[in-house]
Amino acid sequence: MGTDKAISGYVQIKGGRVMYNNSLFFEMPDAEPVVFFNDIYKALNINYPKFFKMDNLCKVVFLAVEVLLKDVSLRDKYKPEETGIVFSNANSSLDTDIRYFQSSLEAPSPALFVYTLPNVAIGELCIRHGIKGETACFVFDIFDALFQAWYADTLLETCGIKACISGWADFYDGKFEAFFYLVETGSDNLSIKHNSENIDKLYNQVWKN
Amino acid sequence: MEVYIAGKGIISAIGLNVEETLQSLKAGKSGIGTQTNLTGRRDSNLPTGEIALSNAELASMAGLSADYSRTALLSMIAAKDALADADINIKGLKCGFISATTVGGMDKTEKFMASFIRDGEVKDIGRILYHDSGAITELVAEALGIKHFVSTISTACSSSANAIMYASRLIKTGVLDMAIAGGTDAMSLFTLSGFNALMILDENYCTPYDDNRKGLNLGEGAGYVVLVSEKVAGKLSKAPAVKLTGYANANDAFHQTASSPEGKGNYLAMQGALKMSGLEISAIDYINLHGTGTANNDLSEGMAIQRIFGERVPKSSSTKAFTGHTLGACGGIEAIFSMMAIEQKMIFPNLRLKTPMKELGFVPVTELMEGVEVKNVLSNSFGFGGNCSSLIFSKVN
Amino acid sequence: MEELMATLKKEIFEQLNLQHVKPEDIAYDQPLFVEGLGLDSIDALELIVLLQQKYGIKLANPAEGPKIFYSIKTMAEYITAHKKQ
Repeated sequence: MGTDKAISGYVQIKGGRVMYNNSLFFEMPDAEPVVFFNDIYKALNINYPKFFKMDNLCKVVFLAVEVLLKDVSLRDKYKPEETGIVFSNANSSLDTDIRYFQSSLEAPSPALFVYTLPNVAIGELCIRHGIKGETACFVFDIFDALFQAWYADTLLETCGIKACISGWADFYDGKFEAFFYLVETGSDNLSIKHNSENIDKLYNQVWKN
Repeated sequence: MEVYIAGKGIISAIGLNVEETLQSLKAGKSGIGTQTNLTGRRDSNLPTGEIALSNAELASMAGLSADYSRTALLSMIAAKDALADADINIKGLKCGFISATTVGGMDKTEKFMASFIRDGEVKDIGRILYHDSGAITELVAEALGIKHFVSTISTACSSSANAIMYASRLIKTGVLDMAIAGGTDAMSLFTLSGFNALMILDENYCTPYDDNRKGLNLGEGAGYVVLVSEKVAGKLSKAPAVKLTGYANANDAFHQTASSPEGKGNYLAMQGALKMSGLEISAIDYINLHGTGTANNDLSEGMAIQRIFGERVPKSSSTKAFTGHTLGACGGIEAIFSMMAIEQKMIFPNLRLKTPMKELGFVPVTELMEGVEVKNVLSNSFGFGGNCSSLIFSKVN
Repeated sequence: MEELMATLKKEIFEQLNLQHVKPEDIAYDQPLFVEGLGLDSIDALELIVLLQQKYGIKLANPAEGPKIFYSIKTMAEYITAHKKQ
């Protein structure tokens, strides 16, 4: 067991760039987050008005996974309950917690309160991609490849999950990053085996032009 | 590989410990009432399941400083009791503390922010050191002497059910020999105003599964169980009476805060837990419902239950009319109610239910039932973000 | 009425942070939810906040929402009938 689990795609949003499977998908240095996110949205050429309602954490998660799945449809390949997500980050939903707190002093905003939970980002992904299997959300100080690998493996080995989105995304006080990969069982392409060394390597990859 | 439950600890509006809790459940005594700790805002007039002790009183029970968040104090009280109940020496064991919370130290943050906004300066930075969710877990783990494995889960109202599930996996895979798992949440204006903004709070006492239900009441509390491996279970002075035989998590993939009308995620979670347990549906003797009292939750959950059990729905009840909805703690608290049902041969009533829901073919139990053989209990916890979890607790033969 | 509807349209776009449509594309009698602007239940709650903040109208029962928030016109009519003098 464990040999047929392979990373079939990965994406990273960091430092004004969106990298997808070792190539540059989008670049916009020094842009405000909202401008940067809106332009990635445009570059994806999709129509999903809900995107504009999301908080910043959800936006960066949504866009990263949109890029990750742009060439593969989980809906077509798998049953909804065969797909799952393992998500972690450092600052939970703090950025929106603060915004909601400020709004609550005058008129509590329901639209903001909805996003004061980190797992709502997972919920948005599930809605968008029809994911109905197990999903989990954790808070760590730093990205932990060992944990991501272990938890995703657990889902793939014991919960009937065949494809799992695993990753990390943070947004706090204007600073953000995202890193996600797709791990599938029975994949034909076994070039990147699913283990913590490979995940660490992809996460820490220094992108060249 | 079986995972046993060796101990339990609980604090909520209906009792400061297991014994008091049991007495309230038997007497049908609800803990919902007028808010006293949070005052001065329009949301603070809403009824809640508040624990009738000040932070200073809780701190003395917990053996911690009253400067810590109420969430941490509640956590410590229940986790300490759970460990004592298990009567277990953790030395030499790989022991974990997996704790869930949704608000973390928000009660402290609110007080800090109020003075910070008013005075525009940070008076005592030390006061907010333990505000974040992870820090509360670390703080309590340290006080309990647990160093091996500490983790925090935050997936809304299913958080502590997921903590129990996660702990069980860590034991099954040999990462741990035992774990204290559950959740804690204290009342805060943040959650109160938020739920009020979503218009899902009942201005009166909540009435889960009633046709005229108007919403939920928030509550506060903490509930933890001590999960142990088969090997550790065999060495305990008190043989465990309950084991965790099934669990599953699924996503409803419908809306950020609302459940799908047919309860697809709820269905998948219950179905997954049943499959794992290997039990026939007829073997389930009692369902501890998520039953928040909102129009949406109770209908979706009820529809999903009917889809699984058809016309043979087991006895069921929501215990949230006793405690209020304790958010990140409810999965832990209700795990303990599920264990109590097995141990005490009782089914606790769904309080204040007068008119059964017309859409459903089953009605939860409204009077205390005693002397009932309860072997398997299904406990549901469904949260915002579509996060649905079900646990199955079984009697050890 | 015309003036109120114009103001209301502006306020709705602001409150709901609508970016995928332009104000000029929305007619006053066009449905706001589902097939119209594609608003959902959280947007309805935001509109309740708007009524309270800007017009001092408290909507206690969210079930009334769909009728009142059907279009900008129905909202304006409700405000005119219920606004505190």
